Amino acid sequence: MYKVVDKTFFSENVVKIDVEAPRIAKARRAGHFVMVKIGEKGERFPLTIAGADRDKGIITLVVQTVGVSSRKLAALEVGDSITDLVGPLGQATHIENKGTILACGGGVGVAPLLPIVEAYKKAGNRVITVIAARNKDLIILEEQMKAFSDELIIMTDDGSYGQKGLVTEGMEAAIAKEDISEAMIIGPAVMMKFASLTTQKHNIPTLASLNTIMVDGTGMCGACRITVGGKTKFVCVDGPEFDAHQVDFDEMLLRLNGYKEIEKAAESNYLKENNKNCQA
Amino acid sequence: MEERDSYLKEERAQQWREDLRKKIKNKERTQQVRVKMNEVDANERIKSYVEVNAGLNVEQAQAEASRCIDCANPTCISGCPVEINIPKFIKRIEQGEFLEAAKTLKETSTLPAVCGRVCPQEKQCEAKCFYTQKLKQDPVAIGYLERFAADYERESGQISVPEVKEKNNIKVACIGSGPAGLTFAGEMAKRGYDVTVFEALHEIGGVLKYGIPEFRLPNNIVDVEINALKKMGVEFETNFIVGKTATIEDLKEEGFQAFFAGSGAGLPRFMGIPGENYIGILSSNEYLTRINLMHAAEQDTDTPVVSGKNVMVIGGGNTAMDSVRTAKRLGADRAMIVYRRSMDEMPARVEEIHHAQEEGIEFMTLTNPIEYLANDKGRVNRVVVQKMELGEPDASGRRRPMPIEGSEETIEVETVVVSVGVSPNPIVPDSLPDLKTTKWGTIAVNEENLQSSIPEMFAGGDIVRGGATVILAMGDGRNAAQSMDQYLKNE
Ligand SMILES: Cc1cc2nc3c(=O)[nH]c(=O)nc-3n(C[C@H](O)[C@H](O)[C@H](O)COP(=O)(O)OP(=O)(O)OC[C@H]3O[C@@H](n4cnc5c(N)ncnc54)[C@H](O)[C@@H]3O)c2cc1C
Ligand SMILES: Cc1cc2nc3c(=O)[nH]c(=O)nc-3n(C[C@H](O)[C@H](O)[C@H](O)COP(=O)(O)OP(=O)(O)OC[C@H]3O[C@@H](n4cnc5c(N)ncnc54)[C@H](O)[C@@H]3O)c2cc1C
Ligand code: SF4
Ligand code: SF4
Ligand code: FES
Repeated sequence: MYKVVDKTFFSENVVKIDVEAPRIAKARRAGHFVMVKIGEKGERFPLTIAGADRDKGIITLVVQTVGVSSRKLAALEVGDSITDLVGPLGQATHIENKGTILACGGGVGVAPLLPIVEAYKKAGNRVITVIAARNKDLIILEEQMKAFSDELIIMTDDGSYGQKGLVTEGMEAAIAKEDISEAMIIGPAVMMKFASLTTQKHNIPTLASLNTIMVDGTGMCGACRITVGGKTKFVCVDGPEFDAHQVDFDEMLLRLNGYKEIEKAAESNYLKENNKNCQA
Repeated sequence: MEERDSYLKEERAQQWREDLRKKIKNKERTQQVRVKMNEVDANERIKSYVEVNAGLNVEQAQAEASRCIDCANPTCISGCPVEINIPKFIKRIEQGEFLEAAKTLKETSTLPAVCGRVCPQEKQCEAKCFYTQKLKQDPVAIGYLERFAADYERESGQISVPEVKEKNNIKVACIGSGPAGLTFAGEMAKRGYDVTVFEALHEIGGVLKYGIPEFRLPNNIVDVEINALKKMGVEFETNFIVGKTATIEDLKEEGFQAFFAGSGAGLPRFMGIPGENYIGILSSNEYLTRINLMHAAEQDTDTPVVSGKNVMVIGGGNTAMDSVRTAKRLGADRAMIVYRRSMDEMPARVEEIHHAQEEGIEFMTLTNPIEYLANDKGRVNRVVVQKMELGEPDASGRRRPMPIEGSEETIEVETVVVSVGVSPNPIVPDSLPDLKTTKWGTIAVNEENLQSSIPEMFAGGDIVRGGATVILAMGDGRNAAQSMDQYLKNE
């Protein structure tokens, strides 16, 4: 069992959870993720390790509630335990001093972007970060990002905070001003598709961290597979980061919807059940 | 070898066996017909995950046991990778000493209830039985009898836990909890070692849990065997990936002196044909994992599974049979096997093919998929298949399937399960640059003692053999334990 030792809400839908997992805290590097399972009947789902304290043996997860499993995690209180937690998984980000990095996070992609931004900064890069969301309430980790970024650009679709516009507009503004050595993009598949097209236009080498559906997270099932440069890759073992310009984002978008209807139904059931319990 | 032979002779010479041999004439013994396994009716069993084989009752088991003539040279044993003393346990059944029969099994096998169910007996012990070899008759049903004795013991509640030598305080690690790892762990615990089994998943048992379905091997049967290991002092750490959660170096620092890699062949292969990444096309590992490990078919679990009315499974092995029969149980009207060779070459256990046929599975042999087509949401809805014919034998000795031009046909499906084989799990080899591997990615070992290029690391099961069988994995676990014990004593 992996005990929750701290919990902070960043917004209504985004929560940061610190969990006791000494081995993982020691072994993990930026870009790694864990598979989480809550309860005997829970599903296994992936979350990036947003940070770790080796001495205390604690890892930090930042989760946005989108369906049943993320809600179950967000509902855990300090002192509760995560039933199963395994990692660190995936290939770590290859961090070195490359010059100027353009780090772009959309929606929940901001959470997994944080440890990467931190690592790039610590390796001596100049880091320009663009974070984007639909509106002000959905902007997360602003302070934390600011701490490791030389410049932070905030974009909202409705203009309720930062500048009005999509993540790509923030990226264009940064690219116009600076000589970018490399870009890193993390977010919903649609956002990554267009962010990738933007950097391709400017010939900027770009990595995308892909958030496909996963079951085991150890290369055993192939649920996470996608096409990169015409070849099938398993995101959990070959990734999660890939050359964005080689990724077939259209295929990935389709695959992400594989279980959408079942999951929507499960979520509304879960919400119904839990409201019932609250009233009782 | 000689030691073993003289041991078998001594055992055979015991009075009770002499008496039994005299009780019935061999001629009478060989005139009996082989017992039929009791089965749940096909129409009934496809409605649930109930175990298909119901086991033998006491009368059936004793009658079958009396067929065995207790050969002076029991060739059957040479067909068993863990060298179970087959005539001895069978004679114990004939005698009515069922718990003694179970004890005999456990002298050399860690998982008798499992092997009695899933061993391809027709290719192993039963193929070497005197009946098959010399009389050209149906062999003694060694597998059924093994299952009978193991089940009897379990149901009696008087499970014998093998004797454990005094602790020697030497720590050894086992990577993976499939049949290879479990057997290794049991054998080392018997010798007094402190054994910890590290398992990547949240459940112990490897393929026995996530792959082979309930209707063939109920999970509780595997759990009973695991509990016996716990009673012997074996420690289990789940959610622990050796090479990721901690490296071999880390474990050495924690005092582990030797390692056994039984990490299996967990990586699914795909065919690389157009459209293979459409939604609704899954590896058999994913399909079976969702159902067996994550219990996706149960109402109150969170893991979803999609399975349609028309399900096509590509392949002809045990995994393909398990997938297609699972599809039937999930409500498929048309559950199809598409296999590129003929019925005769199918690698699955004969019993499983037979059961699948009873359950109304369609077999499209000499057929191969060449392309998948999808609707506008990217969900597979048709498969283009092509007919094949068998040409000259290939390297494996089987006749090579060749496509017949112009024989294409399109079949409607909602789900496709790809079950064309697995590759070795690369996590352990990747984390150890000094570890020698073969061109297939398996760990290279000395065939005699299963030692790898790293002296304190032994390996066995599917990570060495590629996709093989439960009993071969167990044989390796046993052999590796013996070698590791030798190695540590010589250190
Ligand atoms: C390597 C990796 C790292 C990740 N890191 C984080 C993280 O640090 N924080 C975090 O909040 N999430 C992260 N995710 C995504 C997270 O795993 C999913 O949001 C989670 O599994 C959803 O489970 P659920 O049951 O709550 O929702 P579900 O019921 O599974 O889904 C609800 C809705 O969300 C959509 N959805 C599901 N999964 C994804 C996805 N992966 N991307 C986009 N939409 C999706 C579905 O289509 C559905 O409409 C990561 C994913 C991967 C692959
Ligand atoms: C669906 C299916 C049906 C089958 N049916 C039969 C049958 O009827 N009869 C038969 O004889 N054989 C059958 N087989 C084959 C048989 O199951 C395998 O040959 C056997 O399980 C191999 O055993 P193993 O111990 O080598 O590996 P596995 O059973 O694969 O176990 C390996 C374990 O190691 C774990 N692991 C991997 N890497 C690590 C790591 N780095 N750290 C920690 N843990 C790790 C894995 O999670 C897994 O649990 C079947 C296989 C499948 C998939
Ligand atoms: S373990 Fe398998 S091969 Fe050995 S006797 Fe039993 S059924 Fe036969
Ligand atoms: S070979 Fe057949 S008949 Fe002879 S001892 Fe073995 S099981 Fe019995
Ligand atoms: S999640 Fe199963 S292979 Fe990647």
